[in-house]
Amino acid sequence: MSEAKLSVDPLNIVVCGVGGQGNILVARLTGRSLAKRGYLVTIGETYGASQRGGDVMSHIRLSVRRKYGPLIPPGGAHIVLGLEPLETVRILVDYGNPQVATITNIHPILPVTVGMGVTRYPDYDELRQAIAELSGQVWLLDATEVALGLGSVRLTNLVMLGALIGSSLLPVTEAQVEEEIKERFPRDTLRPVLEAFRKGLSYTRATGCV
Amino acid sequence: MVALTANAAGKTELLLGNEAIARGALEAGVRVAASYPGTPASEILENLAKVAEEAGLYAEWSVNEKVAAEVGTAASFAGLRAIVSFKHEGLNVALDTLCHVNLTGTRGGLVVVVCDDPAGWSSPSENDSRAIIQWLNVPLLEPSTPQEAKDMTRWAFELSEQIGTYCVVRSSTRVSHTTGTVILGAIASRDTPAYFDTSKLFVFVPIVKKHADLLAKVEQVKEIFEKCQFNYYEGPERPELMIVSSGSGRLYAVEAVECLQLEKRVGIVHLGTTWPVPAKFLEKQLSRTSRVLVVEEVDPFLERNLKVVAGDSSWLNRDHVIYGKASGHIKPFGELSPEAVINALVRLTGVTYRPRSKEYDGRAKQVAKGLVIDREIMWCPGCPHRATFWTIKNAFGLDGRDGFVSGDIGCYALDRRGAGGYLITKTALAMGSGIGVGSGLGKLGQFGFGQPVIAVCGDSTLFHAAIPALINARYNASDVIVMILDNGATAMTGFQPHPGVGVNAMGKAAPVVDIEGLCRGLDIPLEVMDPFDITENTKRLAELMSDRDGVRVVIMRRPCALLRSPDEKPPFKVWVDTSKCRGDECGCARYCVRVFKCPGIVWDRTKGRAQIDEAVCIGCGVCTCICPASAIMKEALSE
Repeated sequence: MSEAKLSVDPLNIVVCGVGGQGNILVARLTGRSLAKRGYLVTIGETYGASQRGGDVMSHIRLSVRRKYGPLIPPGGAHIVLGLEPLETVRILVDYGNPQVATITNIHPILPVTVGMGVTRYPDYDELRQAIAELSGQVWLLDATEVALGLGSVRLTNLVMLGALIGSSLLPVTEAQVEEEIKERFPRDTLRPVLEAFRKGLSYTRATGCV
Repeated sequence: MVALTANAAGKTELLLGNEAIARGALEAGVRVAASYPGTPASEILENLAKVAEEAGLYAEWSVNEKVAAEVGTAASFAGLRAIVSFKHEGLNVALDTLCHVNLTGTRGGLVVVVCDDPAGWSSPSENDSRAIIQWLNVPLLEPSTPQEAKDMTRWAFELSEQIGTYCVVRSSTRVSHTTGTVILGAIASRDTPAYFDTSKLFVFVPIVKKHADLLAKVEQVKEIFEKCQFNYYEGPERPELMIVSSGSGRLYAVEAVECLQLEKRVGIVHLGTTWPVPAKFLEKQLSRTSRVLVVEEVDPFLERNLKVVAGDSSWLNRDHVIYGKASGHIKPFGELSPEAVINALVRLTGVTYRPRSKEYDGRAKQVAKGLVIDREIMWCPGCPHRATFWTIKNAFGLDGRDGFVSGDIGCYALDRRGAGGYLITKTALAMGSGIGVGSGLGKLGQFGFGQPVIAVCGDSTLFHAAIPALINARYNASDVIVMILDNGATAMTGFQPHPGVGVNAMGKAAPVVDIEGLCRGLDIPLEVMDPFDITENTKRLAELMSDRDGVRVVIMRRPCALLRSPDEKPPFKVWVDTSKCRGDECGCARYCVRVFKCPGIVWDRTKGRAQIDEAVCIGCGVCTCICPASAIMKEALSE
């Protein structure tokens, strides 16, 4: 339990996405694996009625000193893990700063108003540029495509969890998070889940930030 | 993760606030738990119901919060420990019972958990429950973290038994839905049999004596709170400014002081017991300094009570200034945040704060303006409510007398929220009010009221609070069409079972309360429709509107689209026939995406035509009847 150490304290992570993407699960698996290492962990979840396709975010706060509150102050994120690129931009606007490390899925989920033709979803280049302008370090990957390749779009969140761990920004190892995943999922569903996690992990391991 | 029931005292676990409350109740040896679903409170009963068998307790989803309070009270009368939980809106429903249980007194420990929802993330109001609890004159505990939520819940059972009344734990969204590190305690084994001691009376008479008894109990609680571990001060001995905080406010205050590096200048009082106010404890803290900032949400509850304490203490310096919501340093509405406390401290101490550079702020602002669009919530693809409200809207159009919907609480309220609704719902109050207001409107004919009214109500909402209103409409011969939107679920709060679905909270088979049988018993004319039969239903509904003949019930029955298994094949293949869709050249001005607004239909900007988004569409086929050019096609998919 005494292995807990942090270069910044509290370490603030925002996990964001769209309702139904499995945002909360990513936050809890991350939080749990860190709590086991002796960190004081707080996770604040904001979702409201967003299960119906709205934006959702979880704030994870890590500390060795005290239990922090469920909300990160504006401009106070150290890591943003985005499950959807527009949501990543939305979070950077509020919680970003010149040092923030951003790891994001680049596969869009269009808000319904876009389909209705009343709003415009930004182009990929616009999103990429905005994310780069508002971040210190950036990793971009199409986690949705990776998940689809493994058989289900619902594995996207596990790919992104892998990407977060592969970035080595958190004081937790691959094996420690895998242990957490194994506790959470029934054995017969574990294979694709671990595969998704490992794909995301090897992506950020192999690819430097842009 | 260890099970919620594990007897693992001293072990550290990561628990959701509501899980921690459930754990606190288990540690206290709770035997009975009752609740009605409502965000952000639902997980308390859900977690207790999940372990009910193993932990030897009884858990139920009651039909509403008032009955839940009565079920919990009954267990207490029989000597058992019981927990009753609901959201702030539920306290209003349970109030009629709770404002008498404080007078009758209790036996087994009875804890009421009320979860407020500042900012109304998942609620029709952001009401602060604390003023009601003060009026009830029962002990009020306000946790700030999951650890405190667990510890206070456990202690509240002991306190309740010590003083013989129920205790209230007031949580909020930011406590109930925060996950945090919790050190577990031991689980008490309690095997007292349930027994009602008939030598004791739990009645509210003699009235004046009962009131006097309650006031005596409050004095007793005050003394206990004076020395309570949940109230403490952290900071310099003589701070320049002292924050008095409760609930999540404490964490935001600590954060704000740290962000502004004010640790040597500002101290923080955390008050975990906010009613009755421990006056001596607060007086002692007030003697540290003359400038105080109160940090709490939503109303200036603690702030007012603190001013009373200051006013009653003749020795306190007359120059004491208490800042907070009344002084405008923190706004008296909406959710509290670290930022709100930082801004108040900046004003009061004169320090400056800039978390990021002006340049960065400028870039962020520009990006927000140029790229970030809202993500609105609306009915899901294939939602029966969309078909129902489309039908009602068109029937109103056929009728032509400015009809409208008297609304209620549930997913069907999305008619008025987000970008997807039809805005035909013109009133929305509380659970069950749709039919009550409809019943009243239906009696205004003698004053010239001629608009057709459809009073809607979900299935769970019907059982919760609408049955008396339905009987009222029948008894008083009100001219109203009552539409029961039966989707077989308490959908908006997370699919908890209700009396109509045949399962109870613990997952066991339960009798089904039959809505048709209920209406027949009331001798109300009844029709059952499938919401997807839009054309038929529209005609019939317009007919029902034209013969004004007392209350009529229409049951719109089809399961919630989210109850479908993800592996279930769609009933229809749906597509847009591009030879029929005239796109931007058609006079309809994108009728399908502009007016019908199902997220499964999208407008292809490059082709200027409608298109079915196959990733979103679940193949309900409803939209095939809405296109003026009949360009949306469907084909039944065989198994």
